[in-house]
Amino acid sequence: MNVLEINNVTKRFGNLVAVRDVSLSVAKGELCAIIGPNGAGKTTFFNLISGFFPPTSGAIMFDGRDITKLSTHQRVTLGMARTFQITEIFPELTVFENVRIAAEVAGGYRLRPWINRSEQANIHARVEETLKLVSLETKTDRLVGELAHGDQRAAEIAMALALKPHLLLLDEPTAGMGDQETYHITQLIRRLHRDSNYTIVLIEHDMRVVFHLADRICVLDQGKMLAQGTPTEIAANETVQAAYLGNAA
Amino acid sequence: MNAEQSRKAIVLAAIWTTLVLVPYWMVPLGGYTALATRVLVLGLAAMSVNFLLGFTGVLSFGHAAYFGLGAYGAGLTLKFLALSTPLALVAGTLLGGLCGAILGTLIVRRRGVYFAMVTIAFGQVFYYIAFQWSSLTGGDDGLRGFSRQPIDFGLFKLDILSSANNFYFFVLFCFALVVGAMGFILRSPFGRTMIAIRENERRSRFLGIPVERHIWIAFTLSCFFMGFAGALYALVNNFADPRGLHYSQSGDFVMMAVMGGMRSFWGPLLGAAVFVVLQDYLSSITVNWMSFVGLLFVLVVLFFPRGLLGFIQRSKA
Repeated sequence: MNVLEINNVTKRFGNLVAVRDVSLSVAKGELCAIIGPNGAGKTTFFNLISGFFPPTSGAIMFDGRDITKLSTHQRVTLGMARTFQITEIFPELTVFENVRIAAEVAGGYRLRPWINRSEQANIHARVEETLKLVSLETKTDRLVGELAHGDQRAAEIAMALALKPHLLLLDEPTAGMGDQETYHITQLIRRLHRDSNYTIVLIEHDMRVVFHLADRICVLDQGKMLAQGTPTEIAANETVQAAYLGNAA
Repeated sequence: MNAEQSRKAIVLAAIWTTLVLVPYWMVPLGGYTALATRVLVLGLAAMSVNFLLGFTGVLSFGHAAYFGLGAYGAGLTLKFLALSTPLALVAGTLLGGLCGAILGTLIVRRRGVYFAMVTIAFGQVFYYIAFQWSSLTGGDDGLRGFSRQPIDFGLFKLDILSSANNFYFFVLFCFALVVGAMGFILRSPFGRTMIAIRENERRSRFLGIPVERHIWIAFTLSCFFMGFAGALYALVNNFADPRGLHYSQSGDFVMMAVMGGMRSFWGPLLGAAVFVVLQDYLSSITVNWMSFVGLLFVLVVLFFPRGLLGFIQRSKA
């Protein structure tokens, strides 16, 4: 079954059509990369999926359920988690506290005025397990705002993972990183996909990352879906080459 | 217990010991117990404002409305309904809290300056009602003709009217209850979502927190605390003043919170203590006492952006 099913979605801002009649399905366990030049509508498309704003027309299905009209937090509750191009974290809290909030919300405790010892122990175990997955287990007591950019990104991914999502949306996970950090994040995403079997949709500019990770690549250009296919198909696609890839692939 | 926890326990014990022993050290230092009672009540109000400002990150400039409503609720109960101090406290708390809960549904959709403006606007509505409705509220003269009643424990009665010390301990007991509740909430999963919203609203939303609903709950809780503080204030003065509803009073509470340190739990109490003591001392010297408090506020904001307590904590660390 497809985790995500987007049917003919369009988003207009006044006269500008940011996303034009785009359809996309993502199967369970798949890693789908969205690429395209700047201003192609990638982030707008992500915002539509995650409920930042509603589409002008079209429908979005998640786990077989129509979520077009649901708010962001309702979509998250159904199992969708997202990271941002510019890292969105709680800078003045520690790594542990950042992920604990996510784990508590996911555990259904967000309105609780108390938490008992066994529940707390479960949450702590969950947080530690998640931090281990993203290799931040030695930095749990550090303030997130004081970490290196790559570690902040890893903490943001950890928060998303603590929500136990069925779908992980990553908006330019390697943006602004050096080669070493890019390598680490790429390895992390690869582990999440291959070993932990997460369904992932990511936007990425770095073609090395995209071709290394993706099962399938979607190319957006001027708000339209230019092409979809496996990395080999996309690399061989002449329209895509002309519009975007150049000789990078 | 690790070092951090034991340090916190020691600080907490020191704070409560100081508060419990007030009647014994305040008088030798040239103060009087009733001054400490005022500090506790206004400190509780500043802590209630800070529950919202410092821990949820939204600035209400109209919280005096719920403080004043608490005071009128308590005063009107004592004057017209029943001669019972506990009932007056409950009525004041409910009046402030419920009005906050209802108006909060309209207010929480706004952010930043707009949030502050809407809170002022609603606050002023209550001020003008209290000001104009003379037959019930006493208008500009305020609500008079009531006084706090002895607390009846069945076996004995606690005289809180003529004994300043008894009244101080009664207020301290009430203060401890509410501050305990605040601390309990802030350490809970719900409290942590408040801090999450303060730190990053967008991230909170994308963690599945319905931000508006959580701000509404925090706003409502803070209005209940505020109503309770207001009810206590009516008992302190045996009087309810329409100026207690005015936005300038809200400004004073925000000032106490910011001056003391809005990121710290106890900061607003320190801010209130500085404010009240300076007011008491300076107003006997000059009518322009507020200029000096204002000057101190500006200095604190410029040089100790984390407030007095924030500064003390940082220089220790």
